Order: sequence, then structure tokens, then C-alpha cells
Amino acid sequence: MRAPSKPPPPTSSAGTPTPAAGERVTRREALVRAGKATAVLGGAAVLGRITWDAGGFGVAAGEGARQVRDFRIADPGKAFAELAIARGAAEGGATAEGLVQKALDALGGMKRFVSRGDIVVVKPNIGWDRMPIHAANTNPDVVGAVIKQAFDAGARRVVVADGSCNDPNRCFQRSGIWRKAYSLGAEVVLPAEHRYRTTRMKGELLDEWPIFTTLIDADKVINVPVAKHHNLAKFTAGMKNWYGILGGRRNRLHQSIDISIADLATFMRPSLVVIDAMRVLVRNGPQGGNIDDTKVMNTVVASADQVAADAFACTLIGQHRDNLPYLKMGHERGIGTMFWENLRVKEV
Amino acid sequence: MNGASLPESFPEPIPWKTGRAGVVPAIDCVTGVPQAQAQSQAQAQAQASASASASAVAIALAKPKKIDPKLSGSGIPARRVIRFLVWARRFAQVFFLGLFLYLLFQTAFRGSFVAKSDTPVRLPLPVEGFLNADPFVTAMTFLSTHRVYSELWWSVGVLALTLAVGRAFCGWICPFGTLHHFFAWIWPSRVGRGASRVEANKTHTYQRAKYYLLYAFLLAAMGGSAIGGMFDPICIAVRSIGLGVIPAAQYLTHRGIGAATATGVRPVQGAADQVQDFLAQTVWQSHQSYFHQTWLILFVFIGLLFANRFIPRFWCRVLCPLGAFLGVISRWALFGMEKDHAKCTDCNLCLVHCQGADSPQGGVKWRQDECHMCMNCETACPEDVIKFRFLPNRKSAVTTPDLQRRTAMASAAAGALFLPAARVADSLDVNYHPRLIRPPGGVEERAFLERCIRCAECMKVCPNNALHPAFLEGGVEAIWTPILIPRIGYCEASCVLCGQVCPTGAIQKITEKEKLGIGQPPIKIGTAFYDHGRCLPWSMQTPCIVCEEFCPTSPKAIWVEEVTAPVRDSKPGPDGEPPAMKEVRLQRPHVDPALCIGCGACEKVCPVQDEPAVYVTSVGETRSKTNIILLENTNYNQKT
Repeated sequence: MRAPSKPPPPTSSAGTPTPAAGERVTRREALVRAGKATAVLGGAAVLGRITWDAGGFGVAAGEGARQVRDFRIADPGKAFAELAIARGAAEGGATAEGLVQKALDALGGMKRFVSRGDIVVVKPNIGWDRMPIHAANTNPDVVGAVIKQAFDAGARRVVVADGSCNDPNRCFQRSGIWRKAYSLGAEVVLPAEHRYRTTRMKGELLDEWPIFTTLIDADKVINVPVAKHHNLAKFTAGMKNWYGILGGRRNRLHQSIDISIADLATFMRPSLVVIDAMRVLVRNGPQGGNIDDTKVMNTVVASADQVAADAFACTLIGQHRDNLPYLKMGHERGIGTMFWENLRVKEV
Repeated sequence: MNGASLPESFPEPIPWKTGRAGVVPAIDCVTGVPQAQAQSQAQAQAQASASASASAVAIALAKPKKIDPKLSGSGIPARRVIRFLVWARRFAQVFFLGLFLYLLFQTAFRGSFVAKSDTPVRLPLPVEGFLNADPFVTAMTFLSTHRVYSELWWSVGVLALTLAVGRAFCGWICPFGTLHHFFAWIWPSRVGRGASRVEANKTHTYQRAKYYLLYAFLLAAMGGSAIGGMFDPICIAVRSIGLGVIPAAQYLTHRGIGAATATGVRPVQGAADQVQDFLAQTVWQSHQSYFHQTWLILFVFIGLLFANRFIPRFWCRVLCPLGAFLGVISRWALFGMEKDHAKCTDCNLCLVHCQGADSPQGGVKWRQDECHMCMNCETACPEDVIKFRFLPNRKSAVTTPDLQRRTAMASAAAGALFLPAARVADSLDVNYHPRLIRPPGGVEERAFLERCIRCAECMKVCPNNALHPAFLEGGVEAIWTPILIPRIGYCEASCVLCGQVCPTGAIQKITEKEKLGIGQPPIKIGTAFYDHGRCLPWSMQTPCIVCEEFCPTSPKAIWVEEVTAPVRDSKPGPDGEPPAMKEVRLQRPHVDPALCIGCGACEKVCPVQDEPAVYVTSVGETRSKTNIILLENTNYNQKT
């Protein structure tokens, strides 16, 4: 159409005149060419010097101190209980909302833990593709009650998030937590690759791991685990729930599950722990899948001390703190006390 | 111009001596002009020579045409309806490409905040719609299974469209065709302007290739292989964009926006997170997808798009078997072109814009089977030569593909021979690959190969990135069919999405109840095995059992044996004594083959990173009556 299909043939009039065969280049031209060659060589040398790698196999040594994400409140609340146990009737009557309310009231109310304008992260266990009846994830009603309490206490935003084991979309939907949290106006954040940042925890075993940043970018963090049996750790609730902040291949943590749990609980110090024991998986944990393995207990445990809360909750399935090494480690590290009886306990 | 386009006075009877490759010669320079018209023209000329005013009368009798001085030639603009149709076509192309991409983006389960916990997990949209409407897919699977599966009857719509207006699907709807239209436009051939472009858009003999491919694929389907799906344009588009372009774009975005998070500036990080959240919720998913051997799929895709640089719309004109299928059908189309050769001034403007290389120009017969119905030729024609209309006279049209009978028969025979050739290679009846793990609900392997069109819908939808295009695991016959690679992702126990999106029933639409085995035996896709030499509790006296924790069945197919085992201290004792021995309590995992469903969750989560200590092979799969371990599973009379 417009342009000719072939380029125009080179004409002798265009540009600099082509020297005839045998003619030498000018001195200026020779200097320019030599200068360019030298510049390329010099540039390569400079670049090489800047980026030179002496080699060697040493891995860069870790820097910085042990990290802690501490969301605890300063006020010791001497007038209130330190461990609250709310029990409902075994058959009917007890609602999750009522039990959470009672437990929190015993601790002095949610207002003690959440200030006006806070960004509150609620961290339930949404690990498995199981429905609420299987009791492998936190009961959505308990999560909902905590969200509501947080909003009532004046939270600006409530964010619900967890790093699931199964497909997160399915876990969040089928656990019922997504629907519940959304209906109450909380933000639900599903784990996504870009939400993880590598962080140095400098724990005894856990050093550099990808951390789900949504769970730590907050003013207050409320841990809302489910109490359940665990085939390797025997019983898990609050401290083990921090597995959910880790990305990467956390499967290798099981080789030393107790130290891993203690390291994570050392890294994450929540404002509050609310353990859901409405329906408890007493066998075949942590995933369950059979309703016959669960038992209705209608219990909610709340405390600011994650070790004490776990130490009490394990008694619900007939475990004892002496069988759970991670409780002892937590106790020895000063994260909390496993002798929950020594706290101000209030049963309501 | 080459010599082949010159008129041949004496046709050479031996084809290989004519060297008739290249441009199809004018076949009706003389005979193409309809007799009646030629006569009337002759009369008109006679009258014109008698009196000059007669021709003026003739023009006055015809509808007066507005002359557009900007147009070349006589400057007669195209009919208003045609100009409208060209714009309608452009909108349709953008719309259908957009719809295709939207459905592809929606081929993923992203969960919902409105769904209750007991709502079955399904996709709300028929994301495989373009494949349902693909008559080539329907024809292939009909020939191989003698059934029209599920929603494949949608293809009757495209069939009806073709019978009404010819290959409008190619020019108006096909998303892959639109991509080629686009790339043929922005990457014109190196010599793709002026006379070269005209030459490129003439009908060439190489365009026959697609019909030969079509016959080969249909015969292969009759034999029992849906291998033609490798060449179906919709399948190529889903496979290449879904398994190649989208993951690559995700990778690039993650790296690109990831750099923003490295700045450490909170607002920048927040904005970057927002962008990534949005993309993860709309275009891709929250985790990077990886696909086995997908480089080859992308390589073919880019190669096909790049071929537009050498032959415009190379894919559509030369290779597309769906286009060929519609081309064969279009012989019965009601809509078509009439040409008035006498008015043609050989300006070749029609050829400059022709998409199908279907000979719109004067002097040759129009090729109904090659035309994409883009309407560019009539729009471009300044002389009122070309007229599209319903029930045209076919005096200057060829409606059937111009094929060489022997080549057609040879290619059909090659297709018929494909299946035996593929089967005597050892991949199916003997030496079955242990890692050829098919998706849950997959039918028996022979039936699977009759149905699987390699569209990759199942791989795209799989929430755990578990399904991958096979390379040569199942032989050349199974290339790009779905296999489960548990090391990359395991089969989510309650998920049945791959069956929901499969358009041909290679993966059946099973329910959660059937898959999980509620009140019936569960659907097994394989069986897990332990490698005791690599397993931590078995050989390294280290506690682990992540596999047991992830095992989704209830009761668990993995059970643990509590043992007390001796373990040697890693450090030697004092004074060079041998290291001390101590005892550890361990849980050693075992598989119960009667309960294992082969989902591969154990293999996925095994912490032995490179080669897992527990792995799944296909043996024990429900769909096979031969690939089994346990004798009890051969008894089909057993009650659950």
C-alpha cells in the first residue's frame, strides 16, 4: 500500500562517503574506534570489580535479636479473674455468644483488652476443610461473638485471617467463619503469597520463616483457637494455633513439634486467648472428619495467659500438662504459667 | 507474481509436474461471468455504441449511488447494512474474546462469604461454555463414544449459525481467531504490504492442510482417540492461556510488585497488596500456579501467533480443524456472496482486507468454505462487485473444499492408523506408567482417551494446582491429558470441580457423596506407599507423621504404630568410645490400602523435600478393573 515492499537501494550520496578499497581510515576515526574499545573494556572491568564475588560457601549469618510480637495489655487488672471458664448446660440453653460474654465479663470485659480505634486481628483456627460439626476448626459462633465484642469495645477494624492447611477458599467457606465474620462487618483475609514476608523469629528452632503479615499488622491480636486432640502433640489449642502465621513448608516442624510450638508462642504474645470448647474433637485430631469423634462440651475458656489457658483446656479431653512438653517449655520461658490453679480462676 | 498464477492453456494431467503449489490459479477467468449477465453486458455495450445516452438511462434506472471521493476507483461506498455489520463484527470479536477470558478467569474456586458451610462447592458459571459449543469437539467425541455428553449439545447452536451464515464463528466469535486477527494486524508479514499482502491473501493450496488434518482427527476419533483436541482452537486457547499466559503473568506481577514491598514504605506496600489482592480475586488465585511441561504448550502458542508474520492468520487458514469442520458444513449455508465480475477493476482492495483468503476478487470463484464472513471485502470494494446476501446464486462460488482426493484419503487413513500405532507402543495395555494418576471421577483409561480433548479446564480449575498436562507418561496418545502430581498439589478430598468443568465426560460429574464414599465405596485414584528408607520415623528415628495428620479419610488410611526404637547419639563418647545408644518413642506410619483413596495429601506434605518418603501410584484406582492390588476389590458383588 503505502510503503514500497523493498528498502531503497543504498545510494552513494547518502551519509558519509564510503572510502574506496585500500584507503586507510583517518587518524581521528582510528582514535575514536580505539577509544570506544577501551571504554567498553574499562566499563566491563569496573562492573566486574563492583559485582565481584570472592566465592565461598558461607551462608550469611543471621543478624538481630529474637523478635517478639507483643500485643499484651499493660494493665494487670488485679480486680478481675486471670482465667475464666464459662460452662453451659450440656444440652441446649448455652449459646456461644452468651458463654463468650460471661467469660469476658469475668476477665473485666472486652474493653480491658480492646481500646477505641484499635485494629483488632482475630485469629481463629481455619485449618481444615471441615464443617463446624466436625470441630476441626473454631466454631463460627465463638468467632462471631469475639468479633462482636471487639466491635462493641470500639475496635475500628476487625480482621479475621488464618493460614489454612487445605485449600483456603474451601476452608474459609466451609468452616462457616467467612460468612459469619462478613455478616458482622469484619474483614476476612485469606492467605495469599504476597501477604507473607520473611521474618527472623530467632527462636530456638524457628529462625527465618515467612510470616502472614495480616496477622501481625495490628494493634491487638485475639487468639480464638479450638481445643482439640492432636495425634502428635496429644492436645492443642492456643499455642499451637500460631502455626497459622507461618508460610513455607511448615511440615518439617513436626519433627520437633513441641519446640516449634514454644518458639511460636514466644514470638506471638496475644492480647487475649478465647478457647472454643463448644464441641471438642477428642480423637483423630487435628483433622477429624467423623462426628462420632467429637463431644459437645459447651465451654469457653478465656485468659490473657496462653500457657495457662492451654494447660487448663487440655484437662477437658483428659490430658495433663505433664504430658505436654510445649506447656513446660512455655512455662520455663516465662510466656505464662502452666499451673493455672495458681491464677485467679473464675468459673461462670 | 509467480508463474503458477498464469492461466494454463492445457492443464497438465500429472499433478507433481505442474508444481501447482502456492496460489490457486484463477479457475474461471472466462467461464466465471454468468452467461445472462455477459449477454446483457454485450447488449448494453452495443447500445452504448449506438447512443451515448442509453448508458445514462441504464445508470438512471439503477439506484443512484453516492460517490465518495475519498474511496478509490468509482468510489461507490458499501451498503449501509454491510458497514454496520463490519462494526458489529468488531464488537462481537471483542465481546467474545472478553467473555472467553472472563470465563477462563472464573475457572477457579475463590470461595464466597455468602455460602453456608454445607453449601456444595461448585462454580456458578458454565465456564467451559465455549467448549460445549464447539462442534468439532462434539463430532470427535460422538465418533469415539457414540454419545453426545452433557452440555455438548450447545454446539448445535454453532452448527445452526454455520448453516445460516457460513463460517461466521471463525470471523465473529472464535477467541483464538480474534487473537490471530489481532496479531495478523499488528505483525503483518515482513513483506505484508501492497502487492505482497494481496498475494498473501489469495487462496493458496496450503490451505487444504486443515481439511486433511480434520479427516485424520475424525478417523482417529472413530478409532477411539480424541487426540484432535490438541488442535482444537478453543482447547489451545484455554490450555495456553490458562496454563501458560496467566501463570506467567502472575509470576511477573508477583516479582514486579514484590519489588514494591521491598521498599519498606508502608503506603507503597499497602497499595501493592491491594493490587495483588484484586488480581488474585479476579484474574488468578492467591498462590502461584505451576504446570508440568507447560513450556511446550506456551512455545506452540507463541509459535502459532508469530506465524501470522509469515502467513496472515496462518492458524485459521492452514491448520484449524474446527475451521475446516465448519468449512465442510458451510456448503449448506444459506448466506453467501455474489460477484459481478464485469464490474471488477482488479484493484484488489478486497484482497488487502481479506481474512480467510477465500478469493473475494473478480476473475475467480469465491470460496464459501474458506470465508470467515468478516464482510471486509464488500466494505472495501469501490465498484459494487461483491454482494453478500441470503440464498445467493452460486454461479461464482465454490462451496466445497478444494481437495486432492488421494491426499484426503491418505490423511484419513493416517488418522485411522493412529490408534493401533499408539497402542502397540507399550504405554497402555502393558507397562502402564505408575504415576499416570487420573483425576477423581475419571473414566477407565481407554474411555478416558476417547473423551479427553486436552482442554485443560480441569487443570485450570484445580484449587490445589494438583492436575497437570501429562507429557509422555501415558505415551504419545495421552500427551497433555490431565495427571495428578501429588508432590505439587494433592487432590482436595471434598472437591469435585474437575468433573464439573470437564466438557466431554472424561471426568464424570461426581458428587461429594460419591467421592467421599458416604453410603458407598469412595472414589480411589491410587494408593500411597511408604519408602521406609527415607521415612523419618522408619529409618531416622525422628518423630514426624505429618502424613497421618493430613490424611483426610475417616477413619484415617494412615495409622501409626507406637514403637520404642534404639537410636545412636550423634557425638562420640568420651575417650573416643563409640557413641552412646538411647531409646526414643516413635509413631511409625502404615497405609491401609482398603481405606487409602490416593489423594496424595501425604505425599504433598512429606517433609523429605526432594523425593518424598510416601508417594502415590495409580494402582487401586476405582476406574480400572485391572490396575488393582487387593483381591477383595475385584469382587463387585460386595456390599459396602
